[in-house]
This record gives sequence, structure tokens and C-alpha cells, in this order.
Amino acid sequence: MKKEQLLDLYYQMVLIRRVEERGAELYQAGKIGGFMHLYIGQEAVSTGLIAAREPRDRVITAYRDHGVALNCGIPANEVMAELLGKATGMSKGKGGSMHMASVEKNMWGGHAIVGGHLPVAAGFAIGDQYAKNDNVTICMFGDGATNIGYFHEALNLSKTWGLRVLWVCENNVYGMGTSVERASAVTDIRQKAEGYGMKNADANGMDVMAVYEAAQEALAYVRKEGQPYFLEVDTYRFRGHSMGDPERYRKQDEVKKWQENDPIGIFRKYLLDKKTASAKALDEIEDNVEEEVNKAVEFAETSPEPALEDLYADIYAD
Amino acid sequence: MAKITMREAISQALMEEMDRDPAVFIMGEEVGVWGGTYAVTKGFYDKYGPDRIKDTPIAENAIIGGAIGAAMVGQRPIAELMTINFAFSAMDYIVNQAAKLRYMFGGQFTLPLVIRAVGGGGRQLGATHSQTPDAIFAHFPGLKVVSPGTPEDAKGLLKSAIRSNDPILFIEHATMYQVRGEVPDGEYTIPIGKSKIQREGGDLTIVTYCKGLELSMKAAEQLSKEGIEAEIVDLRTLRPLDMEPVLESFKKTNRAIVVEEGWKSYGVGSEIVSRIYEEAFDYVDAPIIRVAQKEVPLPYNRTLEQAALPQVADIVAAAKEVLR
Repeated sequence: MKKEQLLDLYYQMVLIRRVEERGAELYQAGKIGGFMHLYIGQEAVSTGLIAAREPRDRVITAYRDHGVALNCGIPANEVMAELLGKATGMSKGKGGSMHMASVEKNMWGGHAIVGGHLPVAAGFAIGDQYAKNDNVTICMFGDGATNIGYFHEALNLSKTWGLRVLWVCENNVYGMGTSVERASAVTDIRQKAEGYGMKNADANGMDVMAVYEAAQEALAYVRKEGQPYFLEVDTYRFRGHSMGDPERYRKQDEVKKWQENDPIGIFRKYLLDKKTASAKALDEIEDNVEEEVNKAVEFAETSPEPALEDLYADIYAD
Repeated sequence: MAKITMREAISQALMEEMDRDPAVFIMGEEVGVWGGTYAVTKGFYDKYGPDRIKDTPIAENAIIGGAIGAAMVGQRPIAELMTINFAFSAMDYIVNQAAKLRYMFGGQFTLPLVIRAVGGGGRQLGATHSQTPDAIFAHFPGLKVVSPGTPEDAKGLLKSAIRSNDPILFIEHATMYQVRGEVPDGEYTIPIGKSKIQREGGDLTIVTYCKGLELSMKAAEQLSKEGIEAEIVDLRTLRPLDMEPVLESFKKTNRAIVVEEGWKSYGVGSEIVSRIYEEAFDYVDAPIIRVAQKEVPLPYNRTLEQAALPQVADIVAAAKEVLR
């Protein structure tokens, strides 16, 4: 990977972190409503993954979607505006934190029903198969989603029909407050893909380069073979499941241990060790992000509310 | 005008639209090699091949979820549920996905999806395979629900549904595939969301749709012999609901009954009666009566099953009651 690309990945990871930190403040200030799930700690996963895709490859994810949205190129302004429910958000304020999508950026949401978007992802691949192109659909979901029926119907169909889907399980150890071993028959989630005869691998989700390389290999396979692929990525969310999670289900020691492996810290060290960039250059990126996020907050706060007459807009197309 | 069966009408609509638009394909349980469990897609697999006639696993979430995804990225899938009773397995996809995704993402894409499903009782299939849950689906904004009662309407409405850019649940009745009716020669479509006067009369209004239309037409013949002329308004589409012809007819007759095959409580009739009371209260000359299914899971035994389902005699009795 070229230097500019590497620095861009660093920029994206820091951007996700700062957008969400500011988002958490705005949430606590009562400016963001509903549920909000932070991606903090998992930035390396979507950053590495999306870096490996071609623009024509579709992306779909669950409700922990701010990071993916930013990685796909949705401007921070729009992400922040959607969080604040403004008309300038990419979903015009009707989706909120959990429903961020941009068809233009080939990012198809942002889905709030656990596992619900997996058959839809298979459907994108059905559409692409029908159109006889070799686009890949990248479908991200948590470990919790692998225990629901939708997951199994979608995986089975993708293998049976030879659909180009890269299934990416972000194993962050907990489905809400229930740990993997308390909810799943197998803790090595990719064994489930094995059951469908699907090629699979795992990757260290705290290392953006490891995710990138694993994703590259997976995408090449899916595109060439016309078969699905299952990638399990081990990661950890540093914050609660959503805002207002009392976190009674995990010990502070465990959180601390993972936080020592901060994906941004790991990547920063990698860039410094490889002499890709100086500490000063990386600090500069962080300063630029700070400024970008300040502007995004200002943009969101000064943006108009959706018009009341838009209440009825976009229910039907005809 | 040719006289054809409901099955032929639906089959013709599918075939004409597949020939017209290569983006249209069918996916569902036994739609291909088997030829459709109600033989609607018989011969399609040989004509169009496996790419356009897709046999799916018995996995309703994958069928409807998959069709939704394909629709979002530009295809025009027709997903077939072997029976509407299996729609409950795919409820999340119909209610939480198809009906909401466009709105929730600010209208960034269209969702041109038709879900064909067979509903209704009367075939001794037992409680889980005989339901008429149309009203449940009509409850959700974002979805359109169409349920025709004649071959002419079935063909014209299905063609419109396939050309529509919205998700549409198209409900057929299991006992009506052999119903014959005249259909116009050549190309035609019928707009979704338009109720229709299927029979004119000045004494009372019968509001109904699908199987209820067949029963109501028979009841109207009997009533006519006794000098009572019923006007029958066929809703055809449950959402969006076109009340205009209903209200117009009611303002003329001042008396109405509503006939549906689903359960009475919280049903289509409940909605129609409320709307009449809200929008034409000054014209009400008698309480409006709902004729519907008895409040029981449908039993297997033929006698019990028929006792639970609305019958022509029930409609005749209800008509006389509102005219008393």
C-alpha cells in the first residue's frame, strides 16, 4: 500500500473515533435521540475492509454503522446531521444513528433488526448475479446475529446459489450483554460457515492491515469463484452496547486489556515503526480531523429540521 | 372478450410482463420444475429457464429478504409465497424491511417488489393453512395490498403491480383459481388503489373484495329475486384504500354491509364501517353489519369449516337485517 493510502486509513480511523466521541457528547447533551451504538474500538475492521473493496462492491451493515458510513465516503457533515435528525442527513433525518445509507457511495445501510439485513445482502447478490456482473456484496454483522434464523437462511442460499457475498462477522465478544459462549453453540463463529461448506478465515480486527489483507484475499476469491466467503474478525467495543449501557456483564480489567490494543494506537505505532510518517505528520492528521469534526457539528447544528410536509414524503414511489 | 379462469389470467399477466421487461423474474417455493403448487407458473421454467424462474429453498426469510435486496439494486422480482400463511415466517421482511426501507433511507431507492401469496379457507387444510390475514398486512404504511375478485381484475392489477415501483402484496384466493370471467383482448392494465362498482343497485351497498365478491354476487342474485337490489363495491386494493365509490354508493343507499373472509375483529370491515361513520354519518339509516369469519381457528372438518366461513346465506340475512 502506498504512503498516501496508509495515511488515509489512519485519517479514517481517527475520523470515526472523533465523530463518535463528539456524537456521545451531543447525545448526553440531549441533541441526539433514540439509540446510538458506538463503533469505538472496532475502527480497524470497517476501515481495513472498505479499503479493500472496489467502488462497485456494495456494503451493508447492522446498526453500529457510523464508522462504515464514513469509510464508504459519506461526509462527516451528513453523518453528524443524520445523528441530529436534520434534513441534511443522508437519510433526511428519517433514519437516525442506526439507518445511515448512501446509494451513491454504494453503502446500503445501517439496519436495526439483528440479522435482518443478511437475506437482503443475499438479495443484492441475487440482483448482481441476475445482471451478470461480478460485483461483491460485503455484509457486516455482529456475533449476536449468527444465532438467528435469518443468518442461516442467508448463508445457505448464498452457497446454494453461488452468490457473491463476503460475509463479515465482527466478533466483539458480546451480543448486547450476553457473551458469545453464553449465546452461541460454537465460539469459533466461522465453524457455522463451515457447516454450509463455505470457505472461511479469521483475522485480527484490532490490526487494520491484517483486516485489509484478509479482505483483499476474500474479495478476490468471491469475485473469481462466484462463491460466498466467511470472514470472522476478532474485535472489541470499548464502549457499552449503546449509550446508557451500565456494563454489568463485563469486568473493567477485561475492557482495559483490550483498550491496551487500541486499533488506532497499533496502527500509529506501525506507521512510525515503518517510518511511513513522523509523529508530527500523524498529529497533523489528528488536528485536521478535529477541525473537520468541529465543522461537521456546526453544519449539523445549523442545518434545518425536516419540513413537516416531508412527513409523508418517500413512503411510496408511485 | 375471452372467458378465462383466474389461474389463466394470473399466468397470462406474469408471462406478458416477463416478456415485456427482462428485469422481471420469479422466485419462490416450487415455482419452477414443479410448475407452481397451484399450477400458475406451469410451463414457465421451460420457457424462461432457471435464471428467471428460481426455485428457492423452503426459507421464507431468504425468499422475501432476497427479493427485497434484488429489487433495491434494480431488478423487478416477483416473490411467491406458497401460501400467505407462510408470510408470518417472513413477517420481518414484509413489515420491517419492504414497507420501511425506502422511507427510512430518505427515498434513496425504489423497491419494486411483488409478493404473490395464496390465502383463504375452504379447502380443509386446517387452521395454519387456511387464513385470510389481509387486514394485518393492510395495516402497514409503505406496503400496498391488492386482492382481486375477478379474472379481469387479477390480470390487470397484477400487471400494474409488476410495473409499480413499490412493494406490493398480491393476495389470491385458494378456491378461486377455477373461477371464470371475461377479460379484454390484448394489452390492458388496471390501476392499483381504485375500488370498483361490480354490480349496480339502489337498496343497499355491499362492500367486499376477493372471495367476498364471489359470495356477494351470488347473494345479490338471490336478493334480486326478492326485489332487493344490492350495489356491490369491490375494494380490489386494501391499501391504499379508495373509499370514494363506497361513500358515493352509501350516500345513495344509506344502508350497507361489509363482507370479508377474514375474522371480524379488527378486520377490513371494521375499517370500512369506521370510515363510513366518520365520513358519511349523516347518511346512515341503519347500523352497518359486518359479515366475516367466526372467531375460531379454522377447523379441518368440512362441516365445521363451512360453519366458520362466511356463506351466501349469511350475506342475504345481513342484507335483510339492514333493510328491516
